[in-house]
Amino acid sequence: MKAAIITFPGSNCDRDLAVAFEQAGAEVARVWHKDQDLPEGTDIVGVPGGFSYGDYLRCGAIAAQSPIMQAVRKHVEKGGYALGICNGFQILTETGLLPGALMRNAGLKFVCKTVTLKVATSDSDFTRGWNAGDEASIPVAHHDGNYTIDAEGLQRLKDEDRVAFTYTEDVNGAMEGIAGVLSANRRVLGMMPHPERAADAALGGTDGSVLFRSLSGALALA
Amino acid sequence: MKARVHVMLKDGVLDPQGEAVRHALGTLGFQGVNGVRQGKVIELDLAATDKAAAETEVKAMCEKLLANTVIEKYSVEIA
Repeated sequence: MKAAIITFPGSNCDRDLAVAFEQAGAEVARVWHKDQDLPEGTDIVGVPGGFSYGDYLRCGAIAAQSPIMQAVRKHVEKGGYALGICNGFQILTETGLLPGALMRNAGLKFVCKTVTLKVATSDSDFTRGWNAGDEASIPVAHHDGNYTIDAEGLQRLKDEDRVAFTYTEDVNGAMEGIAGVLSANRRVLGMMPHPERAADAALGGTDGSVLFRSLSGALALA
Repeated sequence: MKARVHVMLKDGVLDPQGEAVRHALGTLGFQGVNGVRQGKVIELDLAATDKAAAETEVKAMCEKLLANTVIEKYSVEIA
């Protein structure tokens, strides 16, 4: 599995994400937001958390227009994989690669704590290591994680089994407690919680490593 | 030529910040504020001289960057 991890000005989870991929056996390349192309043979792009471009205008709005995201769009259109975490999820919605939008948390406060997620589907290469209905303890740290989508879009997500994770408590006001969603081809996942922060026993939990191992299993021979 | 863009959350999209402002106004003794919606004003200084062309251009900017049309609506004034 070859992973490319993007760094934008203001990214702060890029290194952790690279380490999580490496621990799952990936060959990791780091790419810069001004790069025009992804490394040859990239299987999956990691769009990390942080505060790209200072969250100016809207979270993820400026990053979505960066040169590297044009390359990511082409990669996804060709059937490539992408994982957007936190600010990365916001960037993927701003680029239109995932539906919906992340609004200010309903409680208006930055929420930083470990939450219990429910795995809503095991039918994706990201979530195959769990059974649907399993729970996972994974940290969140965000101010704008209130997932919002129109009624029609929400129905489509449910009909197509594209909600990947939900919160088991009200964390940020997200519709139906949605914490992560999949693209129509199930190869792009955006999620607000940080699995890379729960991928090493020394850092307080390993539930997140299931996601990276699932990917590694699916993409090992790709 | 100047353009002013107003970006607001679409009707029906809950505005938690506007709601917090409404509560704060009530706390300060301002009664009778039934609702508050908070948005953005973006002012652009344009080289264009044709008003219609400028408006078309600014609308394209709104669609591509200035507004997230999943949750926001916008209006453009050219002066």
